[in-house]
Amino acid sequence: MKNLLSDVVVNIKPSGIRKFFDIVSEMNDPEVVSLGVGEPDFDTPWHIRDEGIYSLERGRTFYTSNSGLMDLRKEICSYLSRKQGISYDPAHEVLITVGGSEAIDIGLRALVNPGDEILIPQPSYVSYEPCAVLAGAKPVIINLKAENEFRLTARELEEAVTEKTKVLILPYPNNPTGAIMERKDLEAVAEVVLRHDIVVMSDEIYGELTYKGEHVSIASLPGMKERTILINGFSKAYAMTGWRLGYACGPADIVRQMTKIHQFAIMCAPTTSQYAAVEALKNGDDDIAQMRTAYNQRRRYLLNAFREMGLECFEPYGAFYVFPCIRQFGMTSDEFATRFLEEEKVAVVPGTAFGDSGEGFLRISYAYSLKDLKIAIGRLERFVKKLREEKK
Amino acid sequence: MREEILAVLEKNSRIDLKELAVLLGAEEIDVVNEIAAMEAEGIICGYHTLINWEKTSIEKVTALIEVRVTPQRGQGFDSVAERIYKYPEVRSVYLISGGFDLMVILEGKTLREVSAFVSEKLSALEAVLSTATHFILKKYKDHGCEIVQKKEDEREMITP
Repeated sequence: MKNLLSDVVVNIKPSGIRKFFDIVSEMNDPEVVSLGVGEPDFDTPWHIRDEGIYSLERGRTFYTSNSGLMDLRKEICSYLSRKQGISYDPAHEVLITVGGSEAIDIGLRALVNPGDEILIPQPSYVSYEPCAVLAGAKPVIINLKAENEFRLTARELEEAVTEKTKVLILPYPNNPTGAIMERKDLEAVAEVVLRHDIVVMSDEIYGELTYKGEHVSIASLPGMKERTILINGFSKAYAMTGWRLGYACGPADIVRQMTKIHQFAIMCAPTTSQYAAVEALKNGDDDIAQMRTAYNQRRRYLLNAFREMGLECFEPYGAFYVFPCIRQFGMTSDEFATRFLEEEKVAVVPGTAFGDSGEGFLRISYAYSLKDLKIAIGRLERFVKKLREEKK
Repeated sequence: MREEILAVLEKNSRIDLKELAVLLGAEEIDVVNEIAAMEAEGIICGYHTLINWEKTSIEKVTALIEVRVTPQRGQGFDSVAERIYKYPEVRSVYLISGGFDLMVILEGKTLREVSAFVSEKLSALEAVLSTATHFILKKYKDHGCEIVQKKEDEREMITP
């Protein structure tokens, strides 16, 4: 068999996260503490789990409609109208997906033709670029800058736009930097988007986790709902990563095409998860508030600890990551993370796993109890001291 | 700020105040003053330790006692409640709505000690009409803390 595999797939480079994961797994050392996860440390709130269990007891074990339970789509619409002031039609403008990840994939596939360019600000989540490639588009990276707190500026966007630009991915609140885009930032970006007739894929999976005012969706700005696919889900807000449930909202024309792919590839999102998600949206506001408070306290704890050990870090206002700069040690992110793991047994993710512009930074997750964070920070302090000694 | 201080302290009263200030994004001096004020106002009534006595060699028996009483003229339930809660072995006394009046939580060293308290002291009070004593066999969760099992972190070490 000569050409066994797809060239497109073979040429996609494996995720930098994977590489680090393998190193940690191979070490298999109980002493290792990790600050490397991208999922909440909380269990799914009990009333939500209970609703999932109840749905199983009731024998709700069948497919739902391709688009997902109507009750769930209605709850999503009421949530978005309540939180963001955007009104979507549950019948035609909402699709329930298997996590936000599926929505990214099928959203891009529904939008692009060969040669179309997709703008991807980085550092950002690892899926956008490969999904763009798999969709047959050309990913165009916008390297975000620390001096802008990793926000996307209108100027950076303007410079990246060509006549082939079709889609802008807007990943805020951001994994891995923790950056957010406030209303004024979004307005500036929206102006460029409208002028160049670009579609926005706004990945707002961390939308509930902001620590400076409420999250603003770009879809809520004038003229933007018509050209935005809003992606969100239950993983981060309700600590439901394993339930694999997300959704996409957007213009009916786009959602119809996405639903087609979803229907053929997936059929429908897991039924149990959908019933649990209805409960999450109906009665989960307090859970979110409690988790957000806990994350915010940890965020402050870490920022203070970095300040005390002289580790430069802009103040991130979203998600559950901080993104400190380690350039002062004269090492690459990869070298720093590898040595930190080997010498102090703490796993963090090098910024470069999220794009070249992550060089010089580390992603540190605070989806851990304060107790665990303290242990890891103690080791980081010792490590930083050691590196400074070495430099002398 | 008070609400957030209380939420943290309720879970961890041993937290370092400097650290508490960091968590809340406040000045340490403000946190210290606020706590002192809440202590003075009787909002914060004490700092206790949650102990799972079963893991020690110390024997303890806890009983919940439902008590029906005759309220006293002019004082309602307060004076009889006081006569009960003054006993040091009584941990808690609540006025309850429903089928009985006072819920008394009692801690003793042995079953006999608790029984003796109920029959000799509690039931002997003039205002007490009847009692029903329930012994606690096992504590699963106490003060919001799951006692039975501690869960390991089952997440993958590194995820995107």
